[in-house]
Amino acid sequence: MIKDLVNPSNFNLLVGKLGDVLTRALDQPLGYAINWGRIWSLWPVHLETACCSVEFGAASGPRYDVERFGIIEAFGSLRQCDLIVVQGTVTRKMAPRLRMVYDQMPDPKYVIAMGACAITGGLYIDSYNVLPGIDGIIPVDVYVPGCPPRPETLIQGTMLLQEKIKRSKIR
Amino acid sequence: MSSDQPAGQNGSEQKKAESNHIQTSISKKDEAIIPEFEGDLINKIVSRFGDKIVQVIYIRPGRSKILVPPNEILQVASFVRDTLGFDHAESVSGTDYPKDNQIEVIYHLGSYSVDKLASQVLALSTRTDRNDSRLPTLINIFKSAEYHERETFEMLGVYFEGHPRNERFLLPEDWADIPPLRKEFRIKGR
Amino acid sequence: MDNLEQKFNETIKMGLEIVKETQEDRLMTLSVGPQHPGSGHFRFTIKVDGDYIVFCDPDPGYVHRGEEKMSEYRNFIQNIPHLERPIIHDSTNITYSYSLAVEELANIQVPLRGQYIRALASELNRQVYTLYWLAIYGIFLGHSTMFMWPMGDRELFIDLLEALTGARVTHAFNIPGGVRNDIPEGFKDRCLRQVAYFEKRLVEYEDIFYNNPLFRQRTEGVGILTKEDAVKLGVTGSVLRASGIPFDVRKAEPYDIYSEIDFKVQYMKTGDSYARSMVPFLDMKESCQIIRELLDKMPKSGEVRTKLQPNPKGPPGESYKRVESGRGALGYYIVSDGTPKPYRVKISVGSFRNMLALPFLLIGSKLADMPSIYWSLNYWPVEADR
Repeated sequence: MIKDLVNPSNFNLLVGKLGDVLTRALDQPLGYAINWGRIWSLWPVHLETACCSVEFGAASGPRYDVERFGIIEAFGSLRQCDLIVVQGTVTRKMAPRLRMVYDQMPDPKYVIAMGACAITGGLYIDSYNVLPGIDGIIPVDVYVPGCPPRPETLIQGTMLLQEKIKRSKIR
Repeated sequence: MSSDQPAGQNGSEQKKAESNHIQTSISKKDEAIIPEFEGDLINKIVSRFGDKIVQVIYIRPGRSKILVPPNEILQVASFVRDTLGFDHAESVSGTDYPKDNQIEVIYHLGSYSVDKLASQVLALSTRTDRNDSRLPTLINIFKSAEYHERETFEMLGVYFEGHPRNERFLLPEDWADIPPLRKEFRIKGR
Repeated sequence: MDNLEQKFNETIKMGLEIVKETQEDRLMTLSVGPQHPGSGHFRFTIKVDGDYIVFCDPDPGYVHRGEEKMSEYRNFIQNIPHLERPIIHDSTNITYSYSLAVEELANIQVPLRGQYIRALASELNRQVYTLYWLAIYGIFLGHSTMFMWPMGDRELFIDLLEALTGARVTHAFNIPGGVRNDIPEGFKDRCLRQVAYFEKRLVEYEDIFYNNPLFRQRTEGVGILTKEDAVKLGVTGSVLRASGIPFDVRKAEPYDIYSEIDFKVQYMKTGDSYARSMVPFLDMKESCQIIRELLDKMPKSGEVRTKLQPNPKGPPGESYKRVESGRGALGYYIVSDGTPKPYRVKISVGSFRNMLALPFLLIGSKLADMPSIYWSLNYWPVEADR
């Protein structure tokens, strides 16, 4: 009977269900531990949307070293990422790609809107090719203001995000 | 920003009216003292093509401008490259003049191979009709103009005949508006 | 038809013929970017036949923000902050040529001390830009140390610029008529100390990166751009100088104070990726000398900017001015109709011009050489898109 239940076509489904059951069972006793694990291993997507990427680069450089705070250097594939830092202006050409990248990331996923352009359109509010903020495309967890934000501001933003994860229910 | 922005229609008309002046004031500078080197350059071009076809304007030291009708631009460009030694295009820019119902396309040409021309930038300018803007492409003469011309096509709607790719470059794939650098394209809130 | 033209067309034709002849599954289409470690805000489609690239089509425009259109709605001074955004880690140079062009239009003179401070800020910013470029080049080729070292040394130059201008990367320091403010107290000593330290570091960079056998194998003889092709493609900056043409706007058409500064134009003759990555490094060395000379010759006191009327404007006319930025000649073509707002602004940037060399160099090379060719072109996508 177990053979009929578990076959390649519904294997993923079964694992998903098992995961749900486990999550519910572990939520109370182990929720804190799971969130703790997530806090200190946030993997950002390597998607640069505009010029704030320079300051993101500086933040992962040796002086600011954002890795101290559990943000691992942007690298690798989307499938293992759970954080997307939208680094600046999102143009009309970039918007569908941004959404596509977001959709491909596994849950749970978090979004930081970095820079004035990602928040409201910023300096480019009246440009014909720029979106007025990214919250129309993807849900944002933390807004980091600045044009561009200093690396310290970005670090504070990530710490706010960690605080948010710590207090949220595990998903 | 808003204080010195002329309001609405009035403002755009004012701009249109003044677009005419740009050309006239430049030609006045023709009488200014022209340095020897630039003067020599200008003479060479004028003596080859004659006053009726080309009009060469001296703007500033190191900057001269040739005005050519579109049907002669290929000849003038090959002459400029082969005889004078300007070997690459630094930029191609289009300017919209709704008052004259024309679009001006300027090729800024520089030279790497001739040492004396290093400080010179020659502007090769031509004008085309605004409603049916077509120009012959110069990429067979200046290969470096390829992407610049493609950008000009996209931003001003100037069709370059003979260019292999008159298509989208910088704007999004689903862009369905008029070319953005035309003057009647207004950006939001302005 | 030109030699280059033929070669270019033949390579593309050859590529397309292979596409036709072979079965569909023999060729593989790869989309590099915009989500790709290194490609940044840029995408290019390549087709590979086994290990060889047979087709390449750049697709920029992911950060096209319409700077040129926006400039027509702001006056000459209001334009400065948004015009420096395309290349924020080289922002002094992009506003430099803008200021020069506006000064020419409005006939503004810059005081001598202002010119020196401008050139100083420009040279410091060139170091900041080149170090960032070098750091990305290092991580691109999998050399993590070369990411960390330049990033760390870059912060020191940023500190200097922060003391000078008040901002980390977006300075808005050059304005028509001079610079925003005078240099702070003790700046000269700090600058000299930093330059002395940095010159020692450059030797270490050479040891660990440029003389690294792995790096040399990945770049030497890769993506060769000959002198003739470089001229015809109209490339600029380090890409041009790596191909054996000693063209530098600072020397060819000296602006401001550069006619009085004594420096050599650094160039190499091989035209491969190694030369293209070496020339910016040599430029940094030369830049240290220029900084010393500027600090030495700078007048002790004086005005740093000319007082302007609230909305500076000039007679109708046009102006094309260029400077040598980190990526090559950076020109502004401004048409003015006599109002305080420009009628048309065109930014001719080095990145956009160097992009033409990308398909030319990639077609026929191996896929593994793609990173070293792509980033050696000194390309910054945001600037190319404007």
